[in-house]
Amino acid sequence: MKPMLAAFAATALIAVGAYFALNEIAPFSSADRQTGDAVRLD
Amino acid sequence: MNVRLFAFLFAILLGSAASAQDAPEEAAPADRSATGGAQTLEDILRRQEGLPVEDRSGAPAGEAPVSSDQLGTLGGASDSDLWRELRYDTADVTSQIRGPATTTLIQDSGMAWTQFREGPLATYGGYLLLGTIVALFLFYMIRGKIRVYGKKSGQRVTRFKAFERFSHWLLAGSFILLGITGLITLFGRMTIGLFANNPAAYDTAREIYAFIALYSKWVHNNVSWAFMLALIFVFVLWVWHNLPDRTDFKWIAQGGGIIGNAHPPAKKFNFGQKMIFWSVIVLGGSISASGLSLLFPFELPMFAATFDKINAVGVPGWFGFAPLPTDLAPHQEMQLAQAWHAIVSFVLMAIIIAHIYIGSVGMEGAYDAMGSGEVSVEWAEQHHSIWAEKELTMPRKAPASAGATPAE
Repeated sequence: MKPMLAAFAATALIAVGAYFALNEIAPFSSADRQTGDAVRLD
Repeated sequence: MNVRLFAFLFAILLGSAASAQDAPEEAAPADRSATGGAQTLEDILRRQEGLPVEDRSGAPAGEAPVSSDQLGTLGGASDSDLWRELRYDTADVTSQIRGPATTTLIQDSGMAWTQFREGPLATYGGYLLLGTIVALFLFYMIRGKIRVYGKKSGQRVTRFKAFERFSHWLLAGSFILLGITGLITLFGRMTIGLFANNPAAYDTAREIYAFIALYSKWVHNNVSWAFMLALIFVFVLWVWHNLPDRTDFKWIAQGGGIIGNAHPPAKKFNFGQKMIFWSVIVLGGSISASGLSLLFPFELPMFAATFDKINAVGVPGWFGFAPLPTDLAPHQEMQLAQAWHAIVSFVLMAIIIAHIYIGSVGMEGAYDAMGSGEVSVEWAEQHHSIWAEKELTMPRKAPASAGATPAE
């Protein structure tokens, strides 16, 4: 039972980690990638 | 062309020759010399009647013959030439917008993709999942639960170690989340359409769906990494035990013991489990590849290169199709990646539903293997006799305390 719960916790952890890590590494979304320097989205 | 392409992808996976027969008839080559390659009145009339129209104009883009000796502001070219070049993505377009595919101003394959996604994909995909559930229900009604027969000794044997179970549940948990959020993404808008006759309920449904869709996308994109990681773990852990061997023939000859009470001898994994394993690895790997292509838009195009290799082998000809297109617009690559991602996912979901059935309500004692990691000796001997014999005759590791001299 413990490995199952640990796996579910790891799934959540990996998802959150991936979200922040990918944002940190580089802009990957189409909105970010196709925006010129002169365009501000925020 | 694209509808036929999507139909081809669908036919490969479902092994359906019918899809090939349903493909629209080829339009006859049109004589467009009178219009300099542009569409004719016959083309317009055929289109209005819903008949196929030869897609491309007679003249290659950029080389349309001059239909008038008098030169206008565009020289010998016309607006039609320009639009045609844009239409077929051959115009020399420059853009100050960064990023891939920004110079493709028009691509017309989006409608075929949308129609495929909302039509055959959703329809046959939905039927496949519902059909699998109904078939399993009927099987359960007829066959009942596969019981462990004989007197139970209470003795247990370790079937899967902790890391094996962790990897399995990492894969299972992430796949279920990905499956649910994927289905929400595909069927969500169709579902709220059911409320179209009631404006108030429709608005509420749209608000609720917008919220669910937003978080479904987040979950789908980010949980995918857990799935891919678990896929690697599971492959490394179990690939050795899932290589084919001669016990598989006996398992196949006895139908896996699904009908009747026969229990063909098996090692750690029987042939049925090996089929599940390789389905997960191959289909899961393919879903991951197309998923990565979707996660990083336009960065990982893979269909043109794949089609090129498939054409070289001659696969489309086996099904009566023309060679697959290898000159794909960036957006077409994305559309094909999405279509393939969804088709393969539906097939894998159906397989996994069957796997969940046999691992839970379908077979007594099966869940314990992934729950506690231990199964009864009787279960092991009946379902995996060769593996059980090896495990039970193997010398046991003595408990850490046995024979140890207590420290003083």
